[in-house]
Amino acid sequence: MRRFKTIIAGVATTALLAGAAISASHSDAIKARQDNMKARGANLGILGRMAQGQIDYDSVKAGEAAAALVALLSVDQSTFWPVGSAQGMVEGTRAKAEIWDNFADVGAMAGDLAAAADALSEVAAIDLASLQGAIGAVGGACGVCHKAYRGPKN
Amino acid sequence: MKRLFWPFLVVLLIGLVVYGLLTRPTFLDRTGFAAQVADATKGKSVFDAAGCASCHAAPMATGEARLILSGGRRFISPFGTFIAPNISSDAVAGIGGWSDYEIANAITNGVSPQKRHYFPAFPYDTYAKMTMADLADLVAYLRQLPASDLASAPHDVSFPFNIRRNLGGWKLLFGRDDWVMTGDIGPELTRGRYLVEALAHCAACHTPRNALGGMQRDKWLGGGPHPSGKGRFPNITPAALGWSKADIMEYLTSGFTPEFDTAGGEMVEVIENMALLDVTDREAIAAYLLAVKSVE
Repeated sequence: MRRFKTIIAGVATTALLAGAAISASHSDAIKARQDNMKARGANLGILGRMAQGQIDYDSVKAGEAAAALVALLSVDQSTFWPVGSAQGMVEGTRAKAEIWDNFADVGAMAGDLAAAADALSEVAAIDLASLQGAIGAVGGACGVCHKAYRGPKN
Repeated sequence: MKRLFWPFLVVLLIGLVVYGLLTRPTFLDRTGFAAQVADATKGKSVFDAAGCASCHAAPMATGEARLILSGGRRFISPFGTFIAPNISSDAVAGIGGWSDYEIANAITNGVSPQKRHYFPAFPYDTYAKMTMADLADLVAYLRQLPASDLASAPHDVSFPFNIRRNLGGWKLLFGRDDWVMTGDIGPELTRGRYLVEALAHCAACHTPRNALGGMQRDKWLGGGPHPSGKGRFPNITPAALGWSKADIMEYLTSGFTPEFDTAGGEMVEVIENMALLDVTDREAIAAYLLAVKSVE
């Protein structure tokens, strides 16, 4: 009996440790993708405030922010989205479980975003009107994916 | 035992009669509605403000396809799963075979042409405050939208919540014809109040609900859990939002927050509707949200 209890305790401890390890690795992945998204938002914010007239247009800063956005989108994201790191499964994420059922669709949306950001970075440093003309497509690409795959606030 | 039989039967019958009276369907003023001269063009802005397509378009429909109100979207809640019905102009699968009055009565009173209560996943409790003119315009606009012959799916709601007659009691308990924002509020706030409290039914999500699904009006727009159990609807009263009028306007137009994050989930579709409104209407909504009582 004592031996049986020891085995049970051992199995339970292993399971707990494994669970903790899995959720720890997920929290790293979640942090990595959220940090990337926040950095995108920071650069888009510089461009957006210029486009809205909240801050003065500066062609150097606009070019840098657009280039940074392109760089953030080209980061290898293969470790950002482990299976099981969805809202409702782990804490601290708004990524909907549907992402993992429709990975190809998500990938296509990411491709559209990258194309819009490339187009923006080609013209952002030209003048304000060019920036204003290209930024809407980037914002739209963010929204399309968030509409389908981002859950409500936690 | 025999002595108790008749008194028991009388009490039971009285109870049934009272239940029947309290839960019976109510109806829109027929002559008042008939007196309206409908304008379908104006109905489009009522349709956008009321967000009809957000629930009744096919799931994930975009662009022009959002005007095909074939239904099918699923709403998971603690009471079961509601599935948006087909309200396209199809005479069989949709509402094309209904009279104008039947459509109007469904929208404001939550009662079907067969005189059965609708579940309040359909926000008729806020649409009840819609003006007769807007209602008539909306009905005329709905008639012009394309038809879909896709049959409506039945709701998946469990006992006892599937007893539709009880919804008459729900309406009696939680239906309110008074405004939340009161006092001498001027034309912009009056318009904002109409948009927020009646057409756009913001509170349907952003106000917490009690165990029976009634809105907790003392926590108006104070946020609450998402019915799917995942995530929350945020508190959008001044205490929590902390946005300027320009911030709210930008969010309701492009979806960008002041931090240049974007809206997620259902709110993206709400913004798609809000972006179609007159700029003065978005201003009125922003003014309302800045003036509404804070919920801590």
